[in-house]
Amino acid sequence: MTIFYAFLAGLLFGIGLIVSDMVSPSKVLAFLDVAGKWDPSLAVVAAAAVAVGVIAYAVARKRTDTLLGTPMRLPQATAIDPRLALGSLVFGIGWGLAGFGPGPALAALGTGHVKAFLFVVAMIAGMGIYEFAEYKRAQKARSALASEHHAHEHHRAGGKHKGRRH
Amino acid sequence: MNPDLLSFTPWTALAGGVLIGLAVAILALANGRQASVSAIAAGLLRLDLADLPWRVAFVAGLVVAPTLYGAFVYLPTLKIDANYSTLIAAGLLVGVGARYAGGCTSGHGICGLARLSPRSLVATLLFLAAGVATVYVARHLLTTA
Repeated sequence: MTIFYAFLAGLLFGIGLIVSDMVSPSKVLAFLDVAGKWDPSLAVVAAAAVAVGVIAYAVARKRTDTLLGTPMRLPQATAIDPRLALGSLVFGIGWGLAGFGPGPALAALGTGHVKAFLFVVAMIAGMGIYEFAEYKRAQKARSALASEHHAHEHHRAGGKHKGRRH
Repeated sequence: MNPDLLSFTPWTALAGGVLIGLAVAILALANGRQASVSAIAAGLLRLDLADLPWRVAFVAGLVVAPTLYGAFVYLPTLKIDANYSTLIAAGLLVGVGARYAGGCTSGHGICGLARLSPRSLVATLLFLAAGVATVYVARHLLTTA
């Protein structure tokens, strides 16, 4: 059942993007172009979606499990840090360059447009770069921890050795 | 700001926004998950098997939406102005940025704001500012048209 509802959610999300024409990069860019012929449509889309979402999350927050009986697993992160800020700025530059976010790009992919395909491939590559960087970071942290532990052991052994010599 | 009333489409924007909101509501109440497209897509990449089926289903729904919708309603061909190299650069930035930010236009901009998360408000204001600045530079500083 979770699979059915996830599919339904994805489908409604996509149809919402198509009906509102947020699937078109030109429509998104017209919203971001505040100094040109500004098209406020995106703000209306977002406001309507957030309004419905506020109600949904208010209900979800009061529950510990879902309507299907599975546990609620909504995000818990609250940190406002450099990662969030830099990530958002980099995301925004990419968004402004082509007029595509992840949702509209995947829906546009479904129209068979070759340019949407190219964007999605690059986006997945970008996500892959993040995963790789995080993997390397975790690996470095692990080896730093291991060598610190090793040095500690060595120090103790050395200390004992010295002690015996005296 | 000079709103262009000829291109403004308030009613379809409202209808589309409500549909997106319903999608967010279904995923939250039935599955207990946030409809953050970048996080869901990135989860596919990490191949954690327990969450793979619902993530594939969500992305599949998103991708087949134009085909299903187009079967009933005429769907005009998508117009994408950006050239190939711009699309590649934009895709890379969107992919990396969304992951470091922990969300995107849907994750922070819609779901996060609906959860009344200060973290998501900061993210949304920053990517909006960066998007506006990028379009300003591209359309008004680099081109004289």
